[in-house]
Amino acid sequence: MSMSEAIAADLLAQMQAAGAQPVAAGILQPAETLLDLYGEDIRARAYVTQDPGLGEMMLRPDFTVPVVQAHMRHGAEPARYCYSGPVFRKQEGARAREYLQTGFELFAREDAAKADAEVFALFARLLERYGLRAVTGDIGILKAAVAGLETSPQRKAALHRHIWRPARFRALLERMGGQGPLHAPRTALVHRLRAAPAPELVAQAGKMIGLRSADEITERVAALLTDAAHPPIPRDQLDRLEWLVSLAAPARSALAQMRALDWPALSRALDRLAARLDALDAHGIDTATLAFETSFGRTTMEYYDGFVFGFIAARTDLPPVATGGRYDALTARLGEGATIHAVGGVIRPDLLAAMEGRACD
Amino acid sequence: MRLKLGVPSKGRLMESTFAWFAARGVRLRRTGASREYAGAVDGVAGIDLVLLAASEIPRELAAGRIHLGVTGSDLVREGLVDWRAQVIELAPMGFGHADLIIAVPQAWVDVDTLDDLDAVAAQFRARHGFRLRIATKYHRLVREYLRRHGVADYQLVDSQGATEGTVKHLTAEAIADISSTGETLTANHLKILQDPPVHCSQATLFAARAADWAQARAAAAALAQRLDLALPAELGTG
Repeated sequence: MSMSEAIAADLLAQMQAAGAQPVAAGILQPAETLLDLYGEDIRARAYVTQDPGLGEMMLRPDFTVPVVQAHMRHGAEPARYCYSGPVFRKQEGARAREYLQTGFELFAREDAAKADAEVFALFARLLERYGLRAVTGDIGILKAAVAGLETSPQRKAALHRHIWRPARFRALLERMGGQGPLHAPRTALVHRLRAAPAPELVAQAGKMIGLRSADEITERVAALLTDAAHPPIPRDQLDRLEWLVSLAAPARSALAQMRALDWPALSRALDRLAARLDALDAHGIDTATLAFETSFGRTTMEYYDGFVFGFIAARTDLPPVATGGRYDALTARLGEGATIHAVGGVIRPDLLAAMEGRACD
Repeated sequence: MRLKLGVPSKGRLMESTFAWFAARGVRLRRTGASREYAGAVDGVAGIDLVLLAASEIPRELAAGRIHLGVTGSDLVREGLVDWRAQVIELAPMGFGHADLIIAVPQAWVDVDTLDDLDAVAAQFRARHGFRLRIATKYHRLVREYLRRHGVADYQLVDSQGATEGTVKHLTAEAIADISSTGETLTANHLKILQDPPVHCSQATLFAARAADWAQARAAAAALAQRLDLALPAELGTG
């Protein structure tokens, strides 16, 4: 047994001792489900292969989807699962393409704060001896801030869709504030669309081809004209959002600073954060020093939509040793609307083995 | 060991390559029967000419089987993973220009830019239940470009030819393809997005990092001097 396999087995045993039931998942997963969840970008990260009967398959890039699906088929809540096995990710350079992932998932309808704290505290305990830096975040606060902007539901929906793509999010926000590189092309487009009724413009533009119908085009033209009539998002709100996304502070201090904004739209999300910090305190986690970053997990973990956390090695050449968070929206999409409240995380035993000072295998 | 120079084996790309070298005092020529893929280099000693399909040159460079190669910059970026780790761009050659662009139906009066395409992709997925399809054979370049611009809710569908016809035939909603003139696009009722192209390709002279340069040092130095190029030190030709 290799060093990382031994570490994985030990972690798995401790997760079972914490009440988790071990689950198995196939290495080959249907590509379509993963593509629908993560988008085309996942092709650059996961290995795709072809089955003569089943079509496109992927070597599992993680366990989350098969574990959620298994739970949906026959799980009762609350449920705790653990798993360990290789995952496969395309990489550039020397980084590992195949490595072990050992994970824990908790499905519980009641008391999200308690569930979040249970998972984080378990990971903190399992990783205690490695001297890692823990970072936490909360995508739910960003979602609440977007929902609380003084602007149209359409703009909020567009921003919400891109919370996990920070550069695009910023570009959209600038355009909605009446500035930035996307503003001028949009103004020119709207100017042209005002010249004549939409069906007339479509008829003049060229032959109608493709699956997107004239109705869909005129519908979006109407939406664009309505949007143009809306005032830009006020500067002070943009500044407040900008401050929020760049906030990084110890968790209790971050909470106090966000409370001090006195932004009513945030109050429920901040209540949830406060409840989570209390629950973490009850597990003996020092929330006065625990790191909090509002934008943590926005780029690396697309499906997390609430509490997020990571454990990071001091060595800067290593990726995060463990990551996790809440992913209620993902279960809603997998379950076609039937939400399962889920929080979990994964550990990379190979990185722990590397930190033990022995060969990483 | 002799220095191996890979060039396109036929057509205008070959002729333009020969002309580019000739203008710098290096004569490339085909030898033997007209259908035999053999060639020679006059003017610099110790160089073998290797005639190859332009599409195979990136692979031969990556493997280090040729030291230098002439091919389209698009083919290198599409064909090689992390291309900068495998080849070095020595000189853009000023011919074989072609832009890799994204085009949508002309009837889409509500779409000028990627910003619009992204919004339409969301609308399309909500309406039709699947992700908006973009037909292309340049998967790596297009995916990387759309990722960089934060476009979501699309899928790439493979199209190895007649890509401009895919929208009309309902197998795609948009296309990403090389467009030298734009005439084929117009004839197929498509228009190009206003954003900068995915990639502006041209014939380029590349050096292979994996080739054995130490053995071909003299020929490489002589050729570089003739072409007025500085060979990067990391090739070890010092």
